[in-house]
Amino acid sequence: MPRGIVAVGASWGGVQAISTVLRNLPADFPAPIVIAQHRGEETPTRLAETLGRRAAIGVVEATDKDALEPGKAYLAPPGYHLLVERGSLSLSTEEEVRYSRPSIDVLFESVADAYREDAVGVILTGASDDGAAGLARIRRRGGVTVVQEPATAERRTMPDAALARGRAHRVLALDEIAPFLVKVCS
Amino acid sequence: MADDRQPLRRRDVEAVELDLFAEGIFEAYGFDFRKYSRPSFRRRIWRRVELEGLTSITGLLERVLHDPPAMQRLLADLSVNVSAMFRDPAFFRVFRAKVVPLLRTYPFLRVWNAGCATGEETMSVAILLKEAGLYDRTRIYATDMDDATLDQAKSRTYPIAKMREYTENYIEAGGTRSFSEYYVADGNQVVFQPSLAENVVFAQHNLVTDRSFNEFHVIMCRNVMIYFNRELQEQVHKLLYESLTHFGVLGLGSRESIAFSGHREEYEELDESVRLYRKVA
Repeated sequence: MPRGIVAVGASWGGVQAISTVLRNLPADFPAPIVIAQHRGEETPTRLAETLGRRAAIGVVEATDKDALEPGKAYLAPPGYHLLVERGSLSLSTEEEVRYSRPSIDVLFESVADAYREDAVGVILTGASDDGAAGLARIRRRGGVTVVQEPATAERRTMPDAALARGRAHRVLALDEIAPFLVKVCS
Repeated sequence: MADDRQPLRRRDVEAVELDLFAEGIFEAYGFDFRKYSRPSFRRRIWRRVELEGLTSITGLLERVLHDPPAMQRLLADLSVNVSAMFRDPAFFRVFRAKVVPLLRTYPFLRVWNAGCATGEETMSVAILLKEAGLYDRTRIYATDMDDATLDQAKSRTYPIAKMREYTENYIEAGGTRSFSEYYVADGNQVVFQPSLAENVVFAQHNLVTDRSFNEFHVIMCRNVMIYFNRELQEQVHKLLYESLTHFGVLGLGSRESIAFSGHREEYEELDESVRLYRKVA
């Protein structure tokens, strides 16, 4: 059964890692992609552009209540949590969750609740344990979970934490992630 | 087998509980959260469930129905919007450059800070107007649905630990003085100058259930409607539109869109990079 959404979480080293995943996805990728990358509020908001530069799919910084379209990636804006409902997204300025806003856990938990077994969660490189709880929730709700092979991550703390929290369906090198997403979403 | 005789659920239980919860609060207290955006509403409700030592949304409903102080705590959760002074400094920079000149043409100004929460934005606007020489002929209406939150805003008191961030924002927003002139330290807190609240009317107002109460030259409603679903956003946009003077200015949060508001055509964008709109029709 085709999966309805892909959620990606990354922190330290994430820009490079996310770029690699996105540029290996075809323009007709059948699901929307939502991304939480830890970033400072002061960072200029050029990240969507950077991530989209070599990708076939469109990459935008999320605007509140955007409709989720297949083959498009939505990036959490700095200083906001990104949450999804079935078919659309919303933003929040609630307090930081473990020093992060956007928080990967917040995004993943909303994805797990809204999409259940149609969700795919991907944890990439990072030097925190954000996302571990969210990924576990996606799995509990019947979704598919992917963790970047820690040995190939720029910082392995986040993949390690995700794996310590529960088994992933796949532990993959960066290059293998996009082809797997194509497979589970088609 | 016994299992076969168990009734089947038509819907996810939690979704049912959330509906009942919002309905119950509305019936009992008149606060209407039925059209709040579900994912963040759900998060906040669960947070309160845990803080109350409960285990379900239905359990929380029972408590808030029978125990008004618990309702008060819930309201505080739902109205607190974690903000900062001069949040998105670019917004205030453009406000200075493009809105202040428009405001100079009026003999008296009414500004509405809708959903002011703990008042960070209210103080920011007061400071900005002061530096522009407009504050003395301005009245700022700072409204929120929750009285306790308003009390905090009225106190003009903020943690000293935040001042570094706010000072940086202030400078980046084009502040012309030394930010520390505006407050005095008191232990771990700072208290902002009383004059910054002199022309501010703090009042309880609920954007969802209350009507327009005046016409304003400026309405600031930033990162408030992100907690509403689209239908409710449209309803509130109508209220804001009706509360603006002709050529009045509406300020929204940096990731909010006016595109779905049904009033898109009646506003002109004042700047490409920040969400400031002027009512032109």
